[in-house]
Amino acid sequence: MTEPPIAVEARNVVKSFGQGAMAVKALDDVSVNIRQGEFFTLLGPSGCGKTTLLRLIAGFETPTSGQILLDGSDITHLPPNKRAVNTVFQSYALFPHLSVAQNIAFGLEMQDRPRAEVKETVARMLALVKLEAMADRKTSQLSGGQQQRVALARALAPAPKVLLLDEPLSALDLKLRKEMQIELKRLQMETGITFVFVTHDQEEALTMSDRIAVMSAGHIQQIGSPRDIYNHPANRFVASFIGETNFLTGHSDGNRVTLGNGASFDLAAPKGAVTLAIRPEQLRIVARDGAGAMPATVNSTVYFGTDTHLHLQLSDGTEMVARLQNPASGEVKVQKGADVGVVVAQSALQILGDQADVVGR
Amino acid sequence: MSSDGENAAEAARTRSAWLLSTPALIVLVFAASGPLLIVLAYSFLTPGKYGNVIWDFDLSGWIGILYTRDIFDGTLKLADAHLSIFWRSVKLSILTTAITFAVGFPTAWFIATRPSKQRAFWLFLITIPFWTNLLIRTVAINEVIRNEGLLNTFLIWLGVISEPIRIIYTDTAVLIGMAYVYLPLMVLPLFAAIDRFDMRLLEAGYDLYASRWRVLRRVILPIVKPGIVAGSILVFVPSLGAYVTPRVLGGGKNMMIGNFIELQFGQGRNWPLGAALSMTLLLVVMVALLFYVRAATKESTPHG
Repeated sequence: MTEPPIAVEARNVVKSFGQGAMAVKALDDVSVNIRQGEFFTLLGPSGCGKTTLLRLIAGFETPTSGQILLDGSDITHLPPNKRAVNTVFQSYALFPHLSVAQNIAFGLEMQDRPRAEVKETVARMLALVKLEAMADRKTSQLSGGQQQRVALARALAPAPKVLLLDEPLSALDLKLRKEMQIELKRLQMETGITFVFVTHDQEEALTMSDRIAVMSAGHIQQIGSPRDIYNHPANRFVASFIGETNFLTGHSDGNRVTLGNGASFDLAAPKGAVTLAIRPEQLRIVARDGAGAMPATVNSTVYFGTDTHLHLQLSDGTEMVARLQNPASGEVKVQKGADVGVVVAQSALQILGDQADVVGR
Repeated sequence: MSSDGENAAEAARTRSAWLLSTPALIVLVFAASGPLLIVLAYSFLTPGKYGNVIWDFDLSGWIGILYTRDIFDGTLKLADAHLSIFWRSVKLSILTTAITFAVGFPTAWFIATRPSKQRAFWLFLITIPFWTNLLIRTVAINEVIRNEGLLNTFLIWLGVISEPIRIIYTDTAVLIGMAYVYLPLMVLPLFAAIDRFDMRLLEAGYDLYASRWRVLRRVILPIVKPGIVAGSILVFVPSLGAYVTPRVLGGGKNMMIGNFIELQFGQGRNWPLGAALSMTLLLVVMVALLFYVRAATKESTPHG
């Protein structure tokens, strides 16, 4: 199977704000390939540079060095109005003096498309986002979710090669956000347009994306499918940012890793200190003297409805969280202060790389 | 649906609201409407020999706005001099509004886009002229543009011109003076409108393929229109009735309505004509206001 061609490419992009000694590097030598028709997410905490990268692709900022390519041609110095790229803004930035239909028509009119085509496209977009009945309303008369849809329709109407979405769901309440996630995914499928989505919400990223780039401090930490990133985090940052993770520190002699409490695993890891990661749902709780179990004390239990979280302490002081699914009737019966055994499946352990030597996949 | 109790409460609220507005109503009736009614009454009276009015009904004041009676045969003729004064007033006021907008918009934009700490300083600079008497400011402009004034002296020194350019006592001089005097009245409402403008809309416009010019025309101007209308009213209305500026910078010949009215109450000794002219000015301003307000509140018509 051949991979789809590259839609957007960032090559060794550096973006600094400020001058001289005061300069802050928002992006530090970032390279990324985004394929055509892909739902690509830039995920990271605030200040990681994800929005800066989006604004560089949109053309609102120019990189300090490096290149931005769209369909193989260099657009680094093209102004936003010359790029076949549209943005859905976090604030929506709808034109308050125009109706819903006029907002959607704006981009098409600015491209001087024929009137009949504008009219036809606006009608199609209104249908796509299910706002036919609102065509003549002012945008201020719409709810948050409806405004969101207008912003989407407005950005999709000119049929851009790439649609950029800057945390578009962050202003919506939880229920609406879930609906819009499904809606966004549907729009992307129906239009086939490449979506570049910026979010700090890891769950949103995992459920919607084809591929995710996890960013931190101006660097891309890992690029991969949601499964890759969740199951094989490249480093400690990715492991802790995506989902909950327990970290175990140990020592490797090359083939075998020994933990502080004496437990050891047959894992090939570089010699020296290593960090292992394991997800809370992959821990099993057994009796203290169970086969292959590490002794632990339950510090506290937290009831979450579907599951119960046990906060454990191993004999060497390492703290861990285990997530146990509650049975159909009642809940997990483990008391605070109980002495239990924790079984760590060797296959579930991830050896984490050093944060510095990360490469995108 | 409302019960009797609610109706009674509503009536009590209405009563107290009227009571509270009594002071304002008194001021409005006696200080604003009263003099206006006197002027309206005077416009229908007979001019006295030494100014003042004689309490006899007479339409000559209103007729005198457009017509003048021939000294020899007493027939009515269209008064060309009056018409040229009206035309000059309207023309100079429209031009003043246009110039203050052309200069004021970039100024207001500049101030509104400064960091908030600097804005107060720039606004302060804009309002400084208000601290000085209008007459003194106008005389200062006179000092700049008169034949031996700063401007001509400087241009001759530069060698750009050899003879002074004659600006003083022309319509241009009046225009320069009025644009200078009324500029703050344009800048302040424009600033208020631009300050509220969401700058993120600019990015949305650029993103959707609009050129800078089209972002200005299709996004910025429609949204700050209330500020443009307010500024235009604040400049146009006092321009139309300007008195000091045309008097000092226009000389005796380049009269505007304000000077013409003053003439009737002074040397002209024709109070009814002066009163009728004042009422006419009021009507013109009201028509202009209606026009502006309708333009401001009209829903933007769909494009495409």
